[in-house]
Amino acid sequence: MTPEIGHFALVMALCLALIQAILPLWGSERGSLSLMAVARPAAYGQFVFLTISYLALTWAFVNHDFSVLYVANNSNSALPLMYLISGVWGSHEGSMLLWVFIMGGWTMMVALFSHSLPETTVARVLSVLGMLSVGLILFILFTSNPFERLIPAAVDGADLNPLLQDPGMAFHPPVLYMGYVGLSVPFAFAIAALIGGRLDSAWARWSRPWTITAWMFLTLGITLGSWWAYYELGWGGWWFWDPVENASFMPWLTGTALIHSLAVTEKRGLFRGWTVLLAIIAFSLSLLGTFLVRSGVLTSVHAFATDPTRGLFILAFLGIVIGGSLILYAWRMQTLRAVGEFKPLSRETLLLLNNVLLVTAAASILIGTIYPLIIDALGKGKISVGPPYFNSIFIPLMIPLFLLVGIGPLVRWREESAGKLWRDTHNILIAFIIVFAASAFLLMRSASITVLIGLFAAIWMVVFSLGYLGKRLSNRRGLAAFKGVSASVYGMVIAHIGLAVTVIGVTFSSAYSLDHDIRMGPGDEKELAGFVFRFESISQREGPNYVANVALFRVMKEGKTLVTMTPEKRIYNVRRNMMTEAAIDTKLTRDLYISLGNPPEEGDKWAVRLYYKPFISWIWGGGVIMALGGLLSVLDRRYRVAARKRAGMKTAHNVKSISVNPA
Amino acid sequence: MKRVIFALPLFLFLALVVLFMVGLEHDPRLIPSPFIGKPAPPLSLPRLIKDDQMLSRDDLIGEVMLVNFWATWCPTCKGEHAVLMEIADTNEVAIYGIDYKDDQIAATAWLERLGNPYRAVGFDKEGNAAIDWGVYGTPETFVLDKDGIIRYKHVGAISWQDWKETLEPLVKQLQEE
Amino acid sequence: MAGLERDPGALGQTITGRMKQITGILFIFLVFFLNAFVYAEDQRFPFKDPEQAEQFRKLTKELRCLVCQNQSLADSDAPLAHDLRKKVFLMMKEGKTSDEIIQELVARYGEFVLYRPRLSKQTWLLWFAPVIVFIIGVFVITYLVRRRSGTSDIGERELETAHKLLEEEE
Repeated sequence: MTPEIGHFALVMALCLALIQAILPLWGSERGSLSLMAVARPAAYGQFVFLTISYLALTWAFVNHDFSVLYVANNSNSALPLMYLISGVWGSHEGSMLLWVFIMGGWTMMVALFSHSLPETTVARVLSVLGMLSVGLILFILFTSNPFERLIPAAVDGADLNPLLQDPGMAFHPPVLYMGYVGLSVPFAFAIAALIGGRLDSAWARWSRPWTITAWMFLTLGITLGSWWAYYELGWGGWWFWDPVENASFMPWLTGTALIHSLAVTEKRGLFRGWTVLLAIIAFSLSLLGTFLVRSGVLTSVHAFATDPTRGLFILAFLGIVIGGSLILYAWRMQTLRAVGEFKPLSRETLLLLNNVLLVTAAASILIGTIYPLIIDALGKGKISVGPPYFNSIFIPLMIPLFLLVGIGPLVRWREESAGKLWRDTHNILIAFIIVFAASAFLLMRSASITVLIGLFAAIWMVVFSLGYLGKRLSNRRGLAAFKGVSASVYGMVIAHIGLAVTVIGVTFSSAYSLDHDIRMGPGDEKELAGFVFRFESISQREGPNYVANVALFRVMKEGKTLVTMTPEKRIYNVRRNMMTEAAIDTKLTRDLYISLGNPPEEGDKWAVRLYYKPFISWIWGGGVIMALGGLLSVLDRRYRVAARKRAGMKTAHNVKSISVNPA
Repeated sequence: MKRVIFALPLFLFLALVVLFMVGLEHDPRLIPSPFIGKPAPPLSLPRLIKDDQMLSRDDLIGEVMLVNFWATWCPTCKGEHAVLMEIADTNEVAIYGIDYKDDQIAATAWLERLGNPYRAVGFDKEGNAAIDWGVYGTPETFVLDKDGIIRYKHVGAISWQDWKETLEPLVKQLQEE
Repeated sequence: MAGLERDPGALGQTITGRMKQITGILFIFLVFFLNAFVYAEDQRFPFKDPEQAEQFRKLTKELRCLVCQNQSLADSDAPLAHDLRKKVFLMMKEGKTSDEIIQELVARYGEFVLYRPRLSKQTWLLWFAPVIVFIIGVFVITYLVRRRSGTSDIGERELETAHKLLEEEE
């Protein structure tokens, strides 16, 4: 019965989404307050039904209802509770439901936190979000219904893909989806602004906190995914330029560009046409990511559901959403009058350059990802575009960007003179030179050109960010100085430092990693980077739904035991496939990583990979710091104060904007 | 000018859509062989059954034939084997086999038990011949013409339908050349 | 493609027909070729010097493991990748250069085996597109700066006042 309730709730959600998509928009065109007032209740109702639907599927998982096809395919009675809950998004149908559920959540948040906005804007934004929901729910109902029954019911389930039976993977998709879907909010704001024909700094100000929030989740999601790949796939890599990774990275890059360009539009009213296009592109790339993964157009490590009919549906959906927005864009932009001036040396010019670099990077990744498809479609054969291509394009683009990250915030809005800039920054430059020279000297023995470049970029970003913060703080004295600086300034500085931390991690771990790839049995020892790895013993352990061979390693340095590590090789009972559980010992400046190969066919010598990876955890640490920076920015009281102020004038504003906008 | 610039994103997107529509029809995992139209690569393998004799490229010249890479450890090959037997029964084309990274005793027993559709089988214990032929998994089947030129490659198991619709017409056409 | 089997190693673990039906070939790609690896060559390749070892490392990073679909030869532990690594090593021992080895592998498996596509009539756009996009971007900035520096119009002043008002409000 529960699955039917879930299915029914989904249909109800569809109805409410339809209402939410149509009535408020109609109302905003006719200037009818009562029609526009439908938007919020519809959004709340939609979310309630989506929650019911989502919980119904979770219920089916938790209660081992193997009469539901999706549950039978992706669960098992021996599965621990945590994976029963995360199993909901363990495959295609459920992850689409999660997607829509999250979409409903964002919609509700917009409905809740938009009381300071003009009713017409709210109506249009919620209507656009409603349209997106309609498309996605239809997609689920027609091509990927997770509530489909299996008659007769299976005795037991085929188990969740063991790759996904891991805490990191359990949380990766929801967080990433929060980011993907969150980009629909700035998208909806952009479309609403285009419909209303008003692109102004108010629009940019409303979009900004939403964009930053979505970006924050996207950052965390990508970080989690990379970390998961690192410890779960078992060969120590953390980024593969895989199509699915690229699919999450492109929205991140354009989202980052959007955050910066929104700043210009808000502060100076410039680049409005560009900013609105970026908002469309960032969300389009999220959708495109879904398309690339779900349709089977690109085969990928992660693509666990591929099906051309679904692909065709998504393609149609993409065509309507993206094509429609771009038509609206092309049409509305005709009447946009460029306002404002800007000078060669100014914050806004540098931010525009930042946008060019980020968008070029995103475009290159898009081209690299679909190029094999182009060649194939033209019947010119099959080619591969892999990490060597992406690295050689991406890295040169990032280096000037890193320089901008450091210097940009110190450059004044409107107009900067070289002389003033020099006066403002020469102390920081000297500090940078000292720090860089000292660290380069410390690393002299082993520094290669790439290490020096990475180090240069990271130190540059840190020293200049701190220098900038110092300047802001020096306006006042004592504690008041810290309070005098807004949260968004701290947020920016922290996010930029986070980027530097990631750069350090990437640079050092790729330059100084060491590994051994050998056969070892109990009693064997192997030295790596000054650590002695001693294979003590091997034993069997029974988990809830797997049997594991557990190796015990003692790691010693200078004769003293540092740590014992237990890499595992698991065989999951149902699917009978083997999984590597690497053992990782993380310290601030290095990881030790051991993973086991297949059990030996004869004898007791296991294939073992030993890795020493300096600073690798900084890669993800930097990601978390960046996300924290985003969080701080969103908490800036500017957004709240402005919100409260405007809430007071709300009624007056409404009437005004309606009368101004009869079209 | 302005009109064109702001419509540019739309045009780029439309191009992308067309591309994906074409892309949906392609199987991204099918990789064409670069050998099509080229002479079969060198081959020098002991025979599976009479292992004092060799199977070499010269044996593959003179008539139209199928060269099938298979192995006993490959379940798909078992399904394909029945189809190969039917094809062999039609006597329309010679089938040569290359047993890929297999156990000689198991492979011999397999042919005794399930029947032997092959004119001769090369025993590729190390998988070197497969690498030379650009094979990346079993089963794969090459169609060679009378001059020993590779004309077609079928990836995956051959079904009776594949034979009727693709391979048989091709074989007939090559035999008439 | 469905039903295409790989190497002996992968078949060590047989799977039930039902499961296979449900999860399909992709699952096999996912699990067998990424995770159930037999790593470590039985005897490590005896390189004659560190340069050769480095050359081998570099080369195998740039070649695609054909059966894994998204892994380099160096990272992969699929049996075919193992065989191909051996082949690469043997070719190196014969004194072949990286280019010659690449040429030989392309002759067998096509351009698909290369992770770094070679510059050709078909791939020039791939390699130059980033440069083109970047140049267009820089060109647009220059154009805008030229055209719009020093032309303070009414919109600008209006905006200025609006901003001042907003700031005061806060």
